[in-house]
Amino acid sequence: MSVFIVRRLLQSLAVIVAMSLLVFFGVNVIGNPVDILINPEFDQEELERAIKALGLDLPIWQQYLVFVENAVKGDLGKSFVFGMPAIQLIVQRIPATLELALAAMLIAIVFGIPLGMWAGLKPDSMVGKTIMGGSILGFSLPTFWVGIMMIMVFAVMLGVLPATGRGETVEFLGMQVSFLTADGLSHLLMPALNLALLKLALVIRLARAGTREAALQDYVKFARAKGLSPRRIVMVHILKNILIPVVTVLGLELGNVIAYSVVTETVFAWPGMGKLIIDSMQLLDRPIIVAYLLMVVFLFITINLLVDILYSVLDPRVRLQDVKG
Amino acid sequence: MKRITLGLLGVVAAVLLAGTVGAADLRVGLKLEPSSIDPHYHNLGPNNSAARHIFDRLVHTNEKQQLGPGLAVSWKPLSDTVWEFKLRQGVKFHDGSPFTADDVLFTFERAPNVEASPSSFALYTKGKTLKKIDDFTIHITTERPYPLMPNDVSTLNIISKKHGEGAKTADYNSGKAAIGTGPYKFVEWVPGDRLVLEKNPDYWGEKAAFDHVVIKPINSDPTRVAALLAGDVDMIDQVPTADIGHLKTNPEVVLSQGVSNRVIYLHLDHDRDDSPFVTGTGGKNPLKDVRVRKAISKAINRPAIVEKVMEGIAIPAGQLLPEGFFGVSPNLKVEAYDPEGAKKLLAEAGWGGGFGLTLHGPNDRYINDDKIAQAIGQMLTRVGIEAKIETMPRSVYFSRASRGGPNKTPEFSFILVGWGAGTGEASSPLKSLLHTYDKARGFGASNRGRYSNPEVDKIIEDALATVDDAKREKLLQKATEIAINDLGIIPLHYQVNTWATRPGLAYTPRTDEATLLMNVVKK
Repeated sequence: MSVFIVRRLLQSLAVIVAMSLLVFFGVNVIGNPVDILINPEFDQEELERAIKALGLDLPIWQQYLVFVENAVKGDLGKSFVFGMPAIQLIVQRIPATLELALAAMLIAIVFGIPLGMWAGLKPDSMVGKTIMGGSILGFSLPTFWVGIMMIMVFAVMLGVLPATGRGETVEFLGMQVSFLTADGLSHLLMPALNLALLKLALVIRLARAGTREAALQDYVKFARAKGLSPRRIVMVHILKNILIPVVTVLGLELGNVIAYSVVTETVFAWPGMGKLIIDSMQLLDRPIIVAYLLMVVFLFITINLLVDILYSVLDPRVRLQDVKG
Repeated sequence: MKRITLGLLGVVAAVLLAGTVGAADLRVGLKLEPSSIDPHYHNLGPNNSAARHIFDRLVHTNEKQQLGPGLAVSWKPLSDTVWEFKLRQGVKFHDGSPFTADDVLFTFERAPNVEASPSSFALYTKGKTLKKIDDFTIHITTERPYPLMPNDVSTLNIISKKHGEGAKTADYNSGKAAIGTGPYKFVEWVPGDRLVLEKNPDYWGEKAAFDHVVIKPINSDPTRVAALLAGDVDMIDQVPTADIGHLKTNPEVVLSQGVSNRVIYLHLDHDRDDSPFVTGTGGKNPLKDVRVRKAISKAINRPAIVEKVMEGIAIPAGQLLPEGFFGVSPNLKVEAYDPEGAKKLLAEAGWGGGFGLTLHGPNDRYINDDKIAQAIGQMLTRVGIEAKIETMPRSVYFSRASRGGPNKTPEFSFILVGWGAGTGEASSPLKSLLHTYDKARGFGASNRGRYSNPEVDKIIEDALATVDDAKREKLLQKATEIAINDLGIIPLHYQVNTWATRPGLAYTPRTDEATLLMNVVKK
C-alpha cells in the first residue's frame, strides 16, 4: 500500500508540472491584462511602466522561469489586480466555498441515497416514478436559471430568505464559518440547495440503478430466504453494496463543487473561490488563474487518492496496487 | 401545517432582517468592487470611488465634475507655471492628528511610486514640483504652462504622512493605514464580500447621512436587481436597461438617471492604405476618404439605436461630450439619419458598388455594446457597405484593438469604443483619441484609428498650454469642431446611467459614473 501511495504521489507531481506549463502558456495567449487594468486616460509612458510593473515586459519563457523559481519556494505569484499573493487571496476564500460545497454534498447524500433506494426498490410505484421524474428535472434545468428562480420566489416574492451574499460569520476551528449563526444559515440555504440539485439527481440515479441491480442478486434472495427482516436487507446488505459507485462519483463531484461552483457563487454573490476565479478570468488576473488551477489539480489528485483508499475500506476485495500489463 | 411553517419562517426571516438594519444604515450593492483600499495603488473607477469616502482631495468635484474646494480652500495660478493652493485649516484625520501641507507633499511623493501598481497616479503627478510655503500654503511648479492643474489635483486622495510612511498596500487593506480626512471612516474590507464604513462625526464639510454603511459587490445583473427587490440592499448601481421598464412601475423602487461623460463612438482606420478588415476594394482603404466616413455617419440611425437598442436610456451624440461640459461646441449637431445621402456620398467617392467592412467591438464593456454593433452592421448593409460584426470579451478586445497588429499597431479597421472624459472637459478625449499618435510626447495613446490632422494637433497643444479658461475653452471647441467635421471619430451616443434605490432614498446621478454615498439623498 505504501509503495502504491508513493508512486501515485510521484505521478501526481508530473501531472502538476505538466499542468503548470499548459496553464501558464495557455493564459498568456489571451489578451493583455494591462489593457484592462490601466486607467483609460493613460499615456504611452504609463503603459510601459504598468507592463513593467506586472513583469510582462519579459519574454514568456522567462516569465515562466521566474514563476517556477518562486513556485518552488511556495510563492505562486502576486495577483495583478489585488497586488497580494495569489495563494493568500485563494486561501482567504476557501472557508466560504468549502462550507457551501459540503452543505451541498450533505444535502445530496442525505436526500439522494434514501430517495434513490426507494425508487430502486419500488420502481413502478407512483412515488418511485415521481422521484425519477424529479431527478430528470434536476439534471436538465440549468443551475443559473434555477438559482435566479429561487431568488425570485424565496427572496423577492415570499421574502423569507435573503437573496445574496454570505451572512454573519463566527470563528470555528480557525475559519470564518456562517453555518453556526441563524443569519448565516438563512444565507447558506438557497445557494447550497442550488448547488446540490445536480448532485442530488446524480446520487438518486446511481442509488436507484445500484439498488435495482442488487435487489436481484443471489445474496439478497438468500438473505430473504434466511428470514432476515426487509429493513436489515435494505439497510445493510443492499446499501453497502451500492455505495462503491456512489462514493466514486461523489468523490469526483466533491472536487467539482469545490473548484467549479462558479455559477452558483456568481448568481448568489457568494464570496468564494468560484467568484474569485471568474472575476480573475474577466480581468485576466493570470497569477490567480494559474495558482487556482494548480490548486485544483492538487485537490483532484488528493481526492482521487482518498477515494481509492476508501474503496479498500468499503470493499475488502479491492487491493491497492497498480494495474499491470 | 405547511402554512404555519412558512409563516414561521417568514417571521424568523423578518426578525433576522430587521435585526441587522438600523434607521441610519445603508446597504449598497455595486457591480464592481475595488481591488484595494490603498488610494494610490490602482487608478481605476471602483478604487477611486471607494477611496473618495475615506479620503479627501485638495480639489473636489461635484456630480457634474465641476471643481470645488476640498482640502484646499482656494487655488490660483501665480504665473503660467506656478500654482498656489491655500489649504483648509483645522481639518483632522480620523485618528485626530491634524492635516497640514506635509501630508500633501507626502501624498505627491507616494502616489506615483506604489509597488506593483497596475495603473499608477504618475499620470497626474509627473512634471509637478511641490514646495511648502507654510503649513497651509503650497506652490506647485510645472515646466510648461499647465491649465489642468486643478483637474489633476482633484484625482489625488490625500493620505496622512504619519500613517502612510512605510505603509504598504496591505496596510491600507487591513485598515491600519486607511486613515483619511473623509466623511466616512474605514471599518472593514473583505474582498468579494463587503466594504464597511462608518460616519466620521468630526468631518469638516457636510456630514455623512448614514451612520453605518455596507457596500457589497454583486456582479451578476439579475442578482443585483433581485437583491434590491428582496430588500437585501437599499441601493444598486448599473441597473440593466432590460429591467428599467418593469422597475419603473414598481412602487418599491426609485430610479435615478443621469447622462455620463462617456461617449460611445466608432473609430476608423485613417492610416493604412490597405486596411486588414476592408475587403473588395482592391487594396484601397475607402475609410481615408472623408466622404465615405460621412456616408457611414449618415447611414447610422442614432435615434433608432437609442430607442430600440438602448430602450431610451441614452442620448444621441454629435461630439465628444454632452452639453454642459467645458469645451463642448455649440455649433455641432447630431448627424441626421440620411441613407439616401449616404448612398450618394458613397457613389461620389467611387464606392457606389459598396465594399466589405468588419466592425469589431467588445461585448461586456459598455451598456448593450454588442447589440449596438449589430444594429450598426444592419444600417451599413442598407446603404451598400457589406458589414460583418465581430464582438469579443474586453479582455481580448482592447489589447487587440490597441496593439494587436504587426509592430504593435492597432489590429482592426473599424471599431466600436467608448470614452469617458476623466477630467470632465474636452481636452481628455481630444488628447487621447484625436491627436496624432505620438509616443514620445504622450499624445494619442488611444487613437486606435491613427487619425492625424496637424491643424487639430496644433490647436490641442495650444489649448493644453493656455491657462486662461475662456481662451482655452474656445480652442477646445475649435479643435472639436475640426476633428468631428473631419470625422476623426464618429460619435454615436452618450451613455446614461441608472441607479435604483428603495423609496425614501434617491441618488444624484454623477457624470463620472461613480457611486458615492455623499450623493445619496434622503427624502
